[in-house]
Amino acid sequence: MEEEAKDIINDDQEYVINMGPQHPSTHGVLRLVLSLKGEIVRNVEPHIGYIHRGIEKMCESITYPQIIHLTDRMDYLSAHINNEAVCLNVENALEIEIPERVKVIRTLMSELTRIQSHQLWWASFGMDLGGLTCFFYGLRDREKILDIFEETCGGRMIVSYSCPGGLMYDIHPNFQKRVKEFVKYFRKTLPEYDDLLTGNVIFRERTAGVGKLSLEDAISYGVTGPSGRASGFSCDVRKHEPYSAYDRVSFNEVLYTEGDTYHRYLARIEEMRESMNIIDQLIDNIPEGPYAVKMKPIIRLPEGEYYQSVETARGELGVFIISDGNKNPFRIKFRSPNFTNLSALNLMAKGFKIADLVAIGGSLDLVIPDIDR
Amino acid sequence: MDNIQLEQFIKSLDNDLDIKLGKQFPEVTVPASKLYYIARQLREREEALFDFLFCLTGVDYGSELGVTYHLRSTRYGHSVVLKVRTTDRENPEFQSVTNIWKTAEFHEREVFDLLGIKFTGHPDLRRLFLESSFGFPLRKDYSDDVNVVTR
Repeated sequence: MEEEAKDIINDDQEYVINMGPQHPSTHGVLRLVLSLKGEIVRNVEPHIGYIHRGIEKMCESITYPQIIHLTDRMDYLSAHINNEAVCLNVENALEIEIPERVKVIRTLMSELTRIQSHQLWWASFGMDLGGLTCFFYGLRDREKILDIFEETCGGRMIVSYSCPGGLMYDIHPNFQKRVKEFVKYFRKTLPEYDDLLTGNVIFRERTAGVGKLSLEDAISYGVTGPSGRASGFSCDVRKHEPYSAYDRVSFNEVLYTEGDTYHRYLARIEEMRESMNIIDQLIDNIPEGPYAVKMKPIIRLPEGEYYQSVETARGELGVFIISDGNKNPFRIKFRSPNFTNLSALNLMAKGFKIADLVAIGGSLDLVIPDIDR
Repeated sequence: MDNIQLEQFIKSLDNDLDIKLGKQFPEVTVPASKLYYIARQLREREEALFDFLFCLTGVDYGSELGVTYHLRSTRYGHSVVLKVRTTDRENPEFQSVTNIWKTAEFHEREVFDLLGIKFTGHPDLRRLFLESSFGFPLRKDYSDDVNVVTR
């Protein structure tokens, strides 16, 4: 028995193993079928659908305000941004003018969501590569944002804060104070992240030059978000098609050209800084006014097709609604960023070792419920 | 190119196409036989350069099945929507665009899985989410007495 096992590994032939569906570094129920030659990955075949809930089908029988609550359950780390995507689409279709206050609060919430998502990513990415301290640092800071969410929205992760026409309720009186406290605090603790990982020699050795994705491939495979921008693909929806209050804030689109794991890592760290800049510009300038406009009790979209994309923490989320004039959509499609990012994994991991596959998968920041929907 | 120039450009590719200037994007309805040719031209012609397929949706219109392609050019920033339909519900088939845009590989598998539309020329057309005995749940005539509650 032992001899046979030895033969497989030392043999020239490829062999196939399963990674997942229950594997700590796939962050959920993702099964990767690996063809290996020794330790070298020859082919990666993702098998997905373990938590496919048929959200698109479910949405065909419920109303637009109800859909908001299902979108939370797709990319649960970008829950607020998913809500916003559907709300914006419905509002644009109905041609409703949204109060300025709502736009600014939505933008602030989106950026807080982005920071907490990147914090959790940083925490688990460090852990994937063997640094357990990262996990505690990341979650320690993330907790502060979740507390702010809890105070204002009632929910910590699944916030369901936006609704067509505005927000569910106004912000908590403490909101501005606590957000300012958080930004001040996080500006002090973010350099700790750099001390722990960014400048670490072992970390650099394991990530620099690993899993390169060229600009052409990034565009062809539709890899968006920080992963795409690390390859030089200028795909930030906030810049190219500004929604909410992004047209009145100045921020940099973080772009690199190398496209390896290390630069996907840097892109997210830099994005946290940019997000804090955006928050700084808006937090003292929340306009007074209503937090929602009065909507009809039953929302019917006029017949037609509507597309809205937003920038989640992972890339471009598109919501495509085909309406036949009823109170529920005829067809709704979520173009999820993780689904398309995953399709490039095979290309990136070919020729590297299994341990590198873990690093590459971690740098894509996959959230499985968003892939399966 | 703005939408009107785009319309002229697409007209120059094929005069018979039905082009509608929608609120957001110009919408082009393409017959299934010309889909691949038009897609290829849109990707490769220097003045159009639609290199980013950002959304691929399969739709069941009731009597017809169709696929909608949302395309964008990362260099020029313009977008266009391609639409293709078929009345054949038993054996719907379109040409695959996987060798034009790699991202279509996953998206077409998803459409095949949920709507049963086949794509000829796809390198690996298997079901993506569901098992092979499952029906095609996104079709309007799909029925499941246990899991789908109609109100």
